[in-house]
Amino acid sequence: MAVQTPNGFNLDRSGKRIVSGGFLFGYIRFAHFSAGYVLSAGFLLRIYWALMGNAHAMQIFCVPLWRRCFWRELHHEIRRYSFLAVEPERGLGHNRLAQLAMFFMFTQTITFMVVTGFALYGQGAGTDSWQYKVFGWVFSLWPNSQDFHTWHHLGLWVIVMFALVHIYAVLWDDVVSRRSFPSIK
Amino acid sequence: MGDATETFYGVIRRQGITRRSFLKFCSFTAASLGLGASSIAHALETKPRVPVIWLHGLECTCCSESFIRSAHPLIKDALLSMISLDYDHMIMAAAGHQAEAILEETRARYKGGYVLAVEGNPPLNEGGMFCIDGGKPFVEKLTSMAEESMAIVAWGTCASWGCVQAAKPNPTRAVPIDKLITNRPFIKVPGGPPIAEVMSGLVTFITTFGKLPKLDHQGRPSMFYSERIHDKCYRRSHFDAGQFVEEWDDTNARKGYCLYKLGCKGPTTYNACSALRWNGGVSFPIQSGHGCLGCSEDGFWDKGSFYDRLTTIKQFGIEQNADEIGMAAAGVVGLAVAAHAAVTAAKRLRHRPDRPAHKGKPS
Ligand code: HEM
Ligand code: SF4
Repeated sequence: MAVQTPNGFNLDRSGKRIVSGGFLFGYIRFAHFSAGYVLSAGFLLRIYWALMGNAHAMQIFCVPLWRRCFWRELHHEIRRYSFLAVEPERGLGHNRLAQLAMFFMFTQTITFMVVTGFALYGQGAGTDSWQYKVFGWVFSLWPNSQDFHTWHHLGLWVIVMFALVHIYAVLWDDVVSRRSFPSIK
Repeated sequence: MGDATETFYGVIRRQGITRRSFLKFCSFTAASLGLGASSIAHALETKPRVPVIWLHGLECTCCSESFIRSAHPLIKDALLSMISLDYDHMIMAAAGHQAEAILEETRARYKGGYVLAVEGNPPLNEGGMFCIDGGKPFVEKLTSMAEESMAIVAWGTCASWGCVQAAKPNPTRAVPIDKLITNRPFIKVPGGPPIAEVMSGLVTFITTFGKLPKLDHQGRPSMFYSERIHDKCYRRSHFDAGQFVEEWDDTNARKGYCLYKLGCKGPTTYNACSALRWNGGVSFPIQSGHGCLGCSEDGFWDKGSFYDRLTTIKQFGIEQNADEIGMAAAGVVGLAVAAHAAVTAAKRLRHRPDRPAHKGKPS
């Protein structure tokens, strides 16, 4: 007789694992892929909102590098984070430094992760899957998909760094200026 | 060598093979290619044998060594009956000027009608002086024979991707054939070497139908390169179960668990090893207990250790993998955040800034 544990291993009567029937890594991959799908759907929704929402909604997709006031405000924000200025420049929405980081570290990285993620998924699903048909073109950039595993992996670390700075900056800004999200009640 | 205008069927009948054996052969070969037996039989009965010129550039001859071990079809059938292998250093009888004359003759007589099979690749630096063949740079022989060919078959990873002679820093500037010749139908059969049955199966297909089989985006025949080693690996159930070999000599190695953690490149390698296996289906690297090296993939020499899944990244001056670089960068960011917090705390201890009452409109 065998029982199955929640993580997919079959145990025999004495509680020892039976080799066959385990699916632990399969479930981990399944969790990753489901999370990947949810993330992608959410990101698509976010793009929709950028197009249909208010002025703030576009901020993380479009950085007005060509505007003089952007650079002035960015300069000011850098001074503020270097403790050289006290007053925040702008009232509502992301400050310019945050906007820059969001665009380059979050928006771009998530796009990259979704594209490379689905391309890798397509390899597993097979060359006749829709994932491969839609995203398989990336392999004409680097024919050896090992490179995509490596860059997909590096993307994780970019997101870790972004999360660190992002959460810290939200708390910091809240403490220093009392105008970030945690203070909006 | 043989007269190329004869048909395959004519040649084997002359050798005393019965029609019954011929049809049996057709159905075996058809099965391995996923085709109908009658189409092969018809083609072999009516089409003239295709002349094949087999050139050797910078290579190790492993492709030829693999090819001559083909079991389905038997290499003797492929070589002596199906194709007319008019020129090949390794197995032709002619030598010297006599041999070189065959090239000119084939080029003139079968304009646009012969298959050019290339094993190895040409080095381009110093005018191609790093590979001299018949007194001339190999690159010259290659381009001249390519001009009049019907199609080019790039045997192995050397001809397809460059392989070891093109690995960084590539002092002789060895290049894959398709970097040099871009205007002819081209098929890549990567692998170091390719599997014997893959090679002979393709020869059968090309000579039988007089055209290349369906190719994927990278120019490889879909019939042999559309799945990864990982997709058909018999250790895949251990991968899915999360059962991995951790050290070469641990009990998990003895139990035959998955070799992923020891750098197996099966998940990123397109080839038929786990389906067809080697030496007539006896075994393949993973079955012998060693991870896949990814020998049929582009630049596999330049991706770092064979025993690590992550590519070594050399752009930072030091050799690290994605995790080491990522962790170091995240550590630096973490320290910066901590330092910033400390400065903020110190400042606030000294004086409390006024709360800004500022509320503006976004611009
Ligand atoms: C923030 C987003 C994501 C992060 C941080 C992330 C992280 C990772 C990491 C660290 C790996 C292991 C890479 C390796 O060394 O082989 C991986 C693999 C993979 N990821 Fe993602 N990923 C993300 C999004 C996605 C998405 C959106 C998909 C699409 C469904 C996806 C599909 C995959 C696939 C197919 C693999 C390869 C799994 C395997 O080879 O078994 N990922 N991911
Ligand atoms: S041994 Fe290699 S190819 Fe086989 S399942 Fe493990 S990772 Fe995949």
